[in-house]
Amino acid sequence: MSAAAQGTSKAAHGDVAPKKKKGPGALATAYLVIYNVVMTAGWLVIAVGLVRAYLARGSYHGLYYSIEKPLKFFQTGALLEVLHCAVGIVPSSVVLTGFQVMSRVFLTWAVTHSVREVQSEDSVLLFVTAWTVTEIIRYSFYTFSLLNHLPYLIKWARYTFFIVLYPMGVSGELLTIYAALPYVQKTGLYSVTLPNKYNFSFDYYTFLILVMISYIPLFPQLYFHMMRQRKKVLGHADDYSKVE
Amino acid sequence: VKHTVEVLDATTKEQLCFLDKVDPHSTIGDIKSLFYKSYPQWYPARQALRLDTRGKSLRDDEVLQNLPVGTTATMYFKDLGPQLGWTTVFFAEYIGVLLTYLVFFFRVPYIYSHTYALTSSPHPVVKLACVCHTFHYVKRLMETIFVHRFSHGTMPLRTIVKNCAYYWGFSAWLAYYINHPLYTPPSYGELQVKYALFTFAMCEVGNLSIHMSLSNLRTDGFRVRRFPTPTKNPFTWLFFFVSCPNYTYEVGAWLSFTVMTQCLPVAIYTLFGFIQMTIWAKVKHRAYLREFKDYPTVRMAIIPLIL
Repeated sequence: MSAAAQGTSKAAHGDVAPKKKKGPGALATAYLVIYNVVMTAGWLVIAVGLVRAYLARGSYHGLYYSIEKPLKFFQTGALLEVLHCAVGIVPSSVVLTGFQVMSRVFLTWAVTHSVREVQSEDSVLLFVTAWTVTEIIRYSFYTFSLLNHLPYLIKWARYTFFIVLYPMGVSGELLTIYAALPYVQKTGLYSVTLPNKYNFSFDYYTFLILVMISYIPLFPQLYFHMMRQRKKVLGHADDYSKVE
Repeated sequence: VKHTVEVLDATTKEQLCFLDKVDPHSTIGDIKSLFYKSYPQWYPARQALRLDTRGKSLRDDEVLQNLPVGTTATMYFKDLGPQLGWTTVFFAEYIGVLLTYLVFFFRVPYIYSHTYALTSSPHPVVKLACVCHTFHYVKRLMETIFVHRFSHGTMPLRTIVKNCAYYWGFSAWLAYYINHPLYTPPSYGELQVKYALFTFAMCEVGNLSIHMSLSNLRTDGFRVRRFPTPTKNPFTWLFFFVSCPNYTYEVGAWLSFTVMTQCLPVAIYTLFGFIQMTIWAKVKHRAYLREFKDYPTVRMAIIPLIL
């Protein structure tokens, strides 16, 4: 699922209401700035890669292959964010962050990478584009927040673009999982059947269907959470100056 | 000197109740009974009263004049939601688990392929597993009735629904595999099953011994606080090494059951249980350390010398 709903970070709301926050130390702040700059750069590389490949080929088809490696690298690298929460240098929930990152990593590796036949689907481009734009905005948002100089434009973008990007990403993800289903069923990918000496079974096909169903309760919750965050953060736009 | 107590809603801050001429020796429990008279839908068990909106809830046995409030007290009320007594809770959880397992043991139709409906497994270990599982939960039920002394009277409805889903769900999952027509008995055969059965039985007796010794600590109604110590019963000697040997034995019982059935879902259930019980053990251990200055330093929370 798109990590656009990562609205729980207090760093995002530090400019809305003065809250008592411990905050990371100077070393941790320096590290986080570097981390977020690197991630912004990484997703920019992916964005540029997509544009260049499109211009070179003249079609939307099969653009996944041109950005496959940086996508895997930077999306998997986001696992560090779970560590940041666990260690306490980022004031977000480990569980929430873990869940969001794991769902992205799951789509990248357990679906798109594992089922070759879906890699040429247009739905892959749909979610990759959504993720790319979201992450560029999100990581630059964090970078500027940490440096205490957040341009209103970035804040606005972060809390507005999701309105389109989130459903776009979810659609791409669901369509991709759906496209993978027949191949998973045919090859028995990641599945274990009885009998075996550990008396265990796992049907990856059924699992993927359950994952798709789980989007139904989860997506609206995350989407409306972001909507509420938007009202809170941007609602008082008239009271604040455009650039801090 | 009579006190006055003002009860405000913790969220809206509106005044819900004003009690005057309150005896300073009244307990929070008494205040809750008075509040209940004005609001009969909020029986005392679902009331949480606090001295500030975000603080800890006051205990029912706290006395009004011992609170840092002076002669006019302001308290904040929060509705804890519908509550159920502990006995009801445990019955719901444990009977549900028992019956769920049996549904799979007897191979009720539509679970497995219809050629196997209502048949029984040819493997003796499958019957033994059913006996052990059933014994484990019947023992827990008996303990709930005869042994445990609960400090809080009730539990919120939401928690019970969550717990039942967890217990019944896992029971169904592991029972499904153990009683499956394609079940594979343990690799080391009867030897493996016999050893596992022995350690299972030892852990069940151990767990019961600990529950009984903990229950005996509370015979004076929670007034005098002592920490548990080893008794003449050798099973309680684990208290030399851990604060919560009941959890240690519980994990031991489930590990034995895992080895006995050689079933991965049982191992996963054991792991989840271990993680949860370790969290509880650590909390209890820290509470003991804070409360008793002479608490034995060699003791760990749940695993001797390790955790």
